[in-house]
Amino acid sequence: MLRAALPLLGLPLAGAGAAEEPTQEPGSWGEPPPGLTLFRWQWHEVEAPYLVALWILVASLAKIVFHLSRKVTSLVPESCLLILLGLVLGGIVLAVAKKAEYQLEPGTFFLFLLPPIVLDSGYFMPSRLFFDNLGAILTYAVVGTLWNAFTTGAALWGLQQAGLVAPRVQAGLLDFLLFGSLISAVDPVAVLAVFEEVHVNETLFIIVFGESLLNDAVTVVLYKVCNSFVEMGSANVQVTDYLKGVASLFVVSLGGAAVGLVFAFLLALTTRFTKRVRIIEPLLVFLLAYAAYLTAEMASLSAILAVTMCGLGCKKYVEANISHKSRTAVKYTMKTLASCAETVIFMLLGISAVDSSKWAWDSGLVLGTLFFILFFRALGVVLQTWMLNQFRLVPLDKIDQVVMSYGGLRGAVAFALVILLDRTKVPAKDYFVATTIVVVFFTVIVQGLTIKPLVKWLKVKRSEHHKPTLNQELHEHTFDHILAAVEDVVGHHGYHYWRDRWEQFDKKYLSQLLMRRSAYRIRDQIWDVYYRLNIRDAISFVDQGGHVLSSTGLTLPSMPSRNSVAETSVTNLLRESGSGACLDLQVIDTVRSGRDREDAVMHHLLCGGLYKPRRRYKASCSRHFISEDAQERQDKEIFQQNMKRRLESFKSTKHNICFTKNKPRTRKASRKKDGVANAEATNGKPPRDLGFQDTAAVILTVESEEEEESDSSETEKEDDEGIIFVARATSEVLQEGKFSGSLEICPSPRIIPPSPTCAEKELPWKSGQGDLAVYVSSETTKIVPVDMQTGWNQSISSLESLASPPCTQAPTLTRLPPHPLGTEEPQAPLDLSSDPRPSFAFPPSLAKAGRSRSESSADISQQQELQPLMGHKNHTHLSPGTANSHWCIQFNRGGRL
Amino acid sequence: MRSRNTALSLPDPSPFLLSHPPFHWLGFRRHRSLSTVMGSQASTLLEEIKKETGFSHGQIIRLYSRFTSLDKGDNGTLSWEDFQRIPELAIDPPGDRIINAFFPEGEDQVNFRGCMKTLAHFRPIEDNEKSKDVNGPEPLDSRSNKLHFAFQLYDLDEDDKISRDEMLQVLCMMVGVSISDEQLGSIADRTMQEADQDGDSAISFTEFVKVLEKVDVEQKMSIRFLH
Repeated sequence: MLRAALPLLGLPLAGAGAAEEPTQEPGSWGEPPPGLTLFRWQWHEVEAPYLVALWILVASLAKIVFHLSRKVTSLVPESCLLILLGLVLGGIVLAVAKKAEYQLEPGTFFLFLLPPIVLDSGYFMPSRLFFDNLGAILTYAVVGTLWNAFTTGAALWGLQQAGLVAPRVQAGLLDFLLFGSLISAVDPVAVLAVFEEVHVNETLFIIVFGESLLNDAVTVVLYKVCNSFVEMGSANVQVTDYLKGVASLFVVSLGGAAVGLVFAFLLALTTRFTKRVRIIEPLLVFLLAYAAYLTAEMASLSAILAVTMCGLGCKKYVEANISHKSRTAVKYTMKTLASCAETVIFMLLGISAVDSSKWAWDSGLVLGTLFFILFFRALGVVLQTWMLNQFRLVPLDKIDQVVMSYGGLRGAVAFALVILLDRTKVPAKDYFVATTIVVVFFTVIVQGLTIKPLVKWLKVKRSEHHKPTLNQELHEHTFDHILAAVEDVVGHHGYHYWRDRWEQFDKKYLSQLLMRRSAYRIRDQIWDVYYRLNIRDAISFVDQGGHVLSSTGLTLPSMPSRNSVAETSVTNLLRESGSGACLDLQVIDTVRSGRDREDAVMHHLLCGGLYKPRRRYKASCSRHFISEDAQERQDKEIFQQNMKRRLESFKSTKHNICFTKNKPRTRKASRKKDGVANAEATNGKPPRDLGFQDTAAVILTVESEEEEESDSSETEKEDDEGIIFVARATSEVLQEGKFSGSLEICPSPRIIPPSPTCAEKELPWKSGQGDLAVYVSSETTKIVPVDMQTGWNQSISSLESLASPPCTQAPTLTRLPPHPLGTEEPQAPLDLSSDPRPSFAFPPSLAKAGRSRSESSADISQQQELQPLMGHKNHTHLSPGTANSHWCIQFNRGGRL
Repeated sequence: MRSRNTALSLPDPSPFLLSHPPFHWLGFRRHRSLSTVMGSQASTLLEEIKKETGFSHGQIIRLYSRFTSLDKGDNGTLSWEDFQRIPELAIDPPGDRIINAFFPEGEDQVNFRGCMKTLAHFRPIEDNEKSKDVNGPEPLDSRSNKLHFAFQLYDLDEDDKISRDEMLQVLCMMVGVSISDEQLGSIADRTMQEADQDGDSAISFTEFVKVLEKVDVEQKMSIRFLH
């Protein structure tokens, strides 16, 4: 490897003389000319962070470039490419600056670059797998590392005694042991980087990877002990010092783990109380984990162990406590940080290697070290595996052992440690540095390159990535119980016994203490899987552009209905009849339990009583989009409001109906029918005017907004509980601004629709349809005003014709009539199939004010149908105009709320 | 369901270890190693168990001492109560079913040999066993036998099918009270749908095996018996 690096070095050095200006040259421009300047260049003030950002940027760009070619990345691990890139960049820097800059500083490495990687790996460690193999992992990590350190150190010393190492390498046994201790530890960063791409089976992976994480404690202890021995001088080392060294092994490892667990506990406890400040949840995770790292580092305990344990320990509770969005945020941030750090580490490793001033070459030492670390690693693995296999349920076979020996990669930790050596105390430091660089490069590049073909050639069992299924989850649970029971019978308190014990303890005390009550209540793994499966189904279903009502595409499980009865009936229907068209109705029929009816009534009442913000939204939207006629718009709004008021008074006098709110609603519905023109028959109501609707909509908006607000708080809570899909017709994000404005206007009933029932699931489609012009808000807004005039006229006439709209009752009995939905339904499928835009070519029947409405309604209906399935994430995808109404749709969990 | 008390009160009419009267008295000596008191017939019995179950000599003796310590009635068999006396087992959700699985069909007592046969399901599969005995009877610890053991826990009415109700019962056991019945129902439905391939609304053993084909049953249904 070094051979490759040398020419690189040579070139830059030769060119260095010519290049007079170092990279920071721009900084010299920074002198501001006297007097007031228009433009100032202040490089020095931003230099440090700027450079950091720049390096990360370069690394990320490099990553992108690497991945442009699938072929290259499939053959060469990314870490190799990054190291090579680092070599090149280092060469360039050296050439330009004449001195090696931007080295991998141990301080930076340990304090900033390493923690994210370790946290990431600890947090996402498959804990079950980890604890299943804990024995093996610990053995390899402790015994294996000790073995490697001592044998390698001793063998190198022997090599020196044999005269194979040049005499200029001045090192005694202790020095070699020190070197052995730092070179022997398998490096988590390198292992992760390489093994992630190899995809060996998970047991093998967890063993190698777990070892690389846990051996940190041993490495730290060995390194510190040896280092202090070297500094004391071997003559001064007392027996008690050896004992202290042994004791410190326990202190450092157990202490580190304890620190991690304490912080995990704190973290879990803190997230329990973040209900109202969801936004800082991800931050808490990172802060406390980092605090754990720093605390351990401060107390010279094993920081890696601390963070690993912190991540491992807190995950279960934190994930249960924080909201869904925070979970995603944590995940991505963690992955991003880790990936960043990893990239930078490898690149800096490459750059650091260029600096020839730091190292001195000795072939004997380098070759000897390479040979010994490979040999003793293999030997150690074989011996330990033989021992472990006496106890393991599934013995590790020879192929596993080969991969484990070969996967013992060394990396940046070793490099950072060797840089930290004190040259005055360890005269051979330069040689050690060179050797370490070679070893790291050899393992990362040569072994990293070859391990994939090797794994393929040996036919190592690969990991199969399969999605979890409910059956699997359930049956594995059963297995666990069976095993625990059998262990009880046998009277041997083994692993399963203790795991069972732990789980009970966890359930009884820990979870109750650390999980928020709502999360604890519904905490169940089987349920979790069920929930996730449902979401996945739903998302994929929606992605395929499926229409929920067209049953053919509908995977039943993806549409969990509120209660099992409905579910079964639906499934049976589908299975037997295969006719999905009426699926929707059937569900409704089945769900007619008293409670559901109650819910439905409530829901309809609310639907009638709460208004959709749509109109307002549109208007404000138009304000943004169409600036020129803003004023005109304003006028129209006022006009509408006035109209509405008049209409309402008119109505109330005419029919003695006190549900004023409901009326507009019903009219809306009818009006929709009008627009649709074909659906009227179902409701039997005469078409009503559109204009009225518009006016009504304006005022109504406010209320619905309020509802939304209150809902949003509720939905937050819901986030955490199992299966709640919140379908928001309006993507809240987009509209938020408007809401705030509108809120003041109306004191509206604070009633929040109870968790919608199965039946209600349908309702959203139906009830919600009325409102939206989805795609082209500006267009619709333009249209509406014109229509309003005619609509208004019609509305009045229709009002009279409206005897007494069965608005309040209708919903409960026949859910469709009260809402425009019924009328819409037939249309919805049509619109759905076609691109929404075509709908803007209005059907003639819509010529009146109805146009925008009907179109939008179709869209709405579509979206609302989809939304229940889409979960929160998808809200943003909805076209901004869509949603006025905010529906909480709860599947299966009716009782909860 | 079972007449539990008969076994305790009777002086034990049934000979210990499958009609080996000479060893009946072994049952009264707790913790005494089988080998020390072993006559020729005992050793043949031991050999039989060894052959049948694949347990090693040491394991059998160790398990025997456990067996006698569980056997409070000192009658060479374990009854329902004997099992129930194991504290952890009593609180294991599917504990009852697992206890049931120990008893041979239609009986409420299990002798040492039967017990060993059940336990043998949980032996880890060893390499050398995979190769040997291709023609012989399938060892008790084979994958399919392990799965079958689990399957039986679900299949209460022993019709070789897991119906939805049976699935629901298991779910009720395994899932905390926090999940409502409705939710359980939908989980059960989904589980059934996932596994049910022939559309008979029940999971047959073949379907059961198929669902779990990706699962490392060999490991997840094995425990380590001390030597």
